[in-house]
Amino acid sequence: MESLNLNRRHLLQGLTTAAVSFCLPAMSSRAAQRRGAERPRSLIVLWMNGGMSQLETWDPHPGTPSGGEVTDIATTTPGARISSLMPQMAEQLHECLLIRSLTSKEGDHEAGAAFVRTGYRPEPTLKYPTLGAIIAHELPQPDLQLPPYVVLTPRIPVPEGGYLGNAWNGFRVFEPGSGVSNLNAGVSDARQTRRLEGLDLLSRQFVQRQGVAAGDVLQQDTMGRALQMMKSEQRRAFQLEQEPAALQAAYGHTEFGRGCLVARRLVETGVRVVEVMLPGFDTHIANHEGHMTQCRILDPAMATLLSDLRQRDLLQSTIVLCISEFGRTPRINPAGGRDHWPGWFSCVVAGGGFRKAAVIGATPAELPTGEPPVPEQPVSIPELYATILTLMGIDGRKEIITPIGRPIRFVDAEPTGVLLTDPSLIKSI
Amino acid sequence: MVRLAHLFSLTVLALLVTVALRSAGSVTSSLRPPDNLTEFPDLSQPVARLNTWFQNRWQDEQVVPAGPVDELTLFRRLSLALFGAVPSLEEIRAFEQDQQPNRPQRWLTMMLKDSRFSNYFADRLARSLVGVEQGPFIIFRRDRLRDWLAEQLQQDASWSQMTRELIAAEGLWTDRPAANFITIARMENEELDENKLAGRTVRTFLGQRMDCAQCHDHPFDEHWKQRDFEGLAAWYCQADVSLAGVSDSPLDKQRQPVVYQVTPPGRETDDARVVPPSVPFHQEWVPESGSLRQRLANWITHPENQRFERAIANRIWGLMFGRPWHTPVDDLPHPDPDAEDALDILGQEFRQHGERLSVLIFMIAMSEPFQRSSASSGESDGDYRRQAEAWAVFPLVRLRPEQVIGSLFQAGRIRRVHQDSHPLIRLQKLTFENDFVQEYGDAGEDELTPQAGTISQTLLKMNGRFSRELSKVDLLTGPSEILNLSPDDRSLIDNAFLMCLTRRPSADEQNVFLNQLQGMHHPHNSTDVAPLTNQQRAEVVEDLFWALFNSPEFAWNH
Repeated sequence: MESLNLNRRHLLQGLTTAAVSFCLPAMSSRAAQRRGAERPRSLIVLWMNGGMSQLETWDPHPGTPSGGEVTDIATTTPGARISSLMPQMAEQLHECLLIRSLTSKEGDHEAGAAFVRTGYRPEPTLKYPTLGAIIAHELPQPDLQLPPYVVLTPRIPVPEGGYLGNAWNGFRVFEPGSGVSNLNAGVSDARQTRRLEGLDLLSRQFVQRQGVAAGDVLQQDTMGRALQMMKSEQRRAFQLEQEPAALQAAYGHTEFGRGCLVARRLVETGVRVVEVMLPGFDTHIANHEGHMTQCRILDPAMATLLSDLRQRDLLQSTIVLCISEFGRTPRINPAGGRDHWPGWFSCVVAGGGFRKAAVIGATPAELPTGEPPVPEQPVSIPELYATILTLMGIDGRKEIITPIGRPIRFVDAEPTGVLLTDPSLIKSI
Repeated sequence: MVRLAHLFSLTVLALLVTVALRSAGSVTSSLRPPDNLTEFPDLSQPVARLNTWFQNRWQDEQVVPAGPVDELTLFRRLSLALFGAVPSLEEIRAFEQDQQPNRPQRWLTMMLKDSRFSNYFADRLARSLVGVEQGPFIIFRRDRLRDWLAEQLQQDASWSQMTRELIAAEGLWTDRPAANFITIARMENEELDENKLAGRTVRTFLGQRMDCAQCHDHPFDEHWKQRDFEGLAAWYCQADVSLAGVSDSPLDKQRQPVVYQVTPPGRETDDARVVPPSVPFHQEWVPESGSLRQRLANWITHPENQRFERAIANRIWGLMFGRPWHTPVDDLPHPDPDAEDALDILGQEFRQHGERLSVLIFMIAMSEPFQRSSASSGESDGDYRRQAEAWAVFPLVRLRPEQVIGSLFQAGRIRRVHQDSHPLIRLQKLTFENDFVQEYGDAGEDELTPQAGTISQTLLKMNGRFSRELSKVDLLTGPSEILNLSPDDRSLIDNAFLMCLTRRPSADEQNVFLNQLQGMHHPHNSTDVAPLTNQQRAEVVEDLFWALFNSPEFAWNH
């Protein structure tokens, strides 16, 4: 068990020796140069915000009561057919494990997202950390001058560190491909030097006046890391100028397409967990048309991301997970929409040791009456996350003493080898 | 179209000039606190009782308290706690000019009548009552609830009375704003979520987290059983929300009594069992008559229910210090008659003085811990830890998001920003606050839980538009006014420090910034002098404000 109480003595040592020191030297990232199985694993989450319909994407049932207008196509995974709205992904499916039997009990956006992001049902008195926050917390990287957990999203609240603390919140990038907000001082070097001179003096005087109490302040100083990031060469990972125009076009000239390309660049630079969000799936009205629009964005971006990672020999070390807060109802409502459906939904996971060219789970095609039946081969979110954490080298069973004194496991499930190319990876890691 | 745009621009410019002219001139003010404390209840004995408790504790634990705080820093603490912003230069000048006895006490009573207090505290209370979620469309009106809370605070109303109104309110969410405490719990199926109401009621009004008992007995506290939670939820079973507002329906459409039924997870509704309303302790406090909600409200606020007074005392302590007496703010240990603590004393005096929040605020502001410095007199980490645990030193606490932007906005002006400020300034403040908190991250209802800063927040403060615009030497801004109005550079630096940090600079600080203003790049090299142009001087002032805005002293309550 690990307590979240920080060691004040350590901090005070820092106080006496360094006072407030802002400008740290740039460092190289050796790990970022490695490829293939040698490379530490990273995770890219493609978050389909609003509730992606499994029936218009990964789990179509054309010609059935629940099918709607969807048609399906063959894929590079023998026997697996997906929606014809995803032609490029159909060509990449041999790299993927398609799970059609995720389950949840949370049918509200906020609660559904909280559950799928954390693996725990939301509680009013304890905030759980997201999967990304756990990874960032457990895999500290001294060489990395960028935030360890980056979220490429134009809006929605950032995924949070929960009981691990704000420091593990996702670092939000509003406009993927256009750099990062507030990363430039916006004044000349001479003025910035003058500002920092003033700030350094003010900081030192404050620390001096507060005496040993200042340990609390230094503990939470993020100024040094922010200034380091402002000066770091690694921040180029947020920009796309160096990427060939053809590749940018293949990802798609959309915010999400640019986000996926930035995600690859961040992973290449050494960031271990990145999330790219695609909003617009809450299709209570005109569901099929809505998904036609969404899939035109998702399909090229995700397919290009997978092939790009493979070509760079990064797919073996990068888990790509496409997931949503819940699915959508088999029944089509009078407005031509589908409503929230946590009963079963799909995700696609590729790379990093997950099975390829495989499908897990199956769902009924008829319209359910009453409580939704459990899909075949159900996979729980905690189970999936326990497996991802294991692949990342993190023990999901590790207990953390939360600030309210309650011990909590990172994930309340065991990893499952059935999702992996080599089930023995569970034991060997 | 172009002409219209020009006309609009000219109008705005004219308004800005008007505001600038109104704001210019002397920075002294007519701010005047009462000459004495006769209008406020005499709390000298209760405060003395509380402080004796602390002194005894420190003596027993052999803890040496930190030195006394200076009055300007005390003024900053009060302003941050009650207004969510540092004091304005205008107020600091008036405070310093007031040399009458009992200055902090008299200023505090004036602050408690200020609409900045009632509006700011209404926001804080609303978070504890209904969280920060959007709530159901139309039938939940956060703005009305907040306005009602502000009115109650302006009238210095009884917290017990407010609590009863909140729990048992009937009527429309607009006409009876307290009813929004109930309407936020309406679910998509149009039924009220009794569990949510029960959990919130116990947390907010009794300072106890027992939400987990919704599904099972409390794992760590044998006092709380699942049946206790279900019994409390049952008090809300007859509440109903319709287009006519919130009401209680003792009978259903079939004229059968409405009862609370619990269906075990995974079971059919036929398996539901009826749970009668009950309370976990002191059943005799429940009155015989009234609606179920009225009876629950009377039990909660019963004069002998110590949990009620301790819960609000802990929350007000948290809002004053930034850190509650007991963390988390809504999960207190059981009252112990053999071990009276500060919350007991505060609670008892609160009961004896009309159950008003102003009494708690006054007592806490005048308590020994609030009057101590944050600078530890200890020599080691252990000394500091002992002081901190005994509240013998004022805790260093990071400002909350709304305090950061509130302080940035106020520090960027010399006059206080309040309800009589120019509408353009108030509009700008509102916009800045909303945008900043959204980008910085809202702490939500966990705002009294300590949180570390993030890189995003630091970058926003350093390079974001808020610091840039508020530190700019431009028409209407505070930096511009002190640059133009200060008689000399030393006064200019004094004013900047007072506006941002509510103190004057040290000799070292004065020297460094004076050298910057006078074009000396190196403080110890008087030969390297280059006279600055007006533009360059303006940039030095902007950079001074930037450094002050980003300093840890600005970002922390101390």
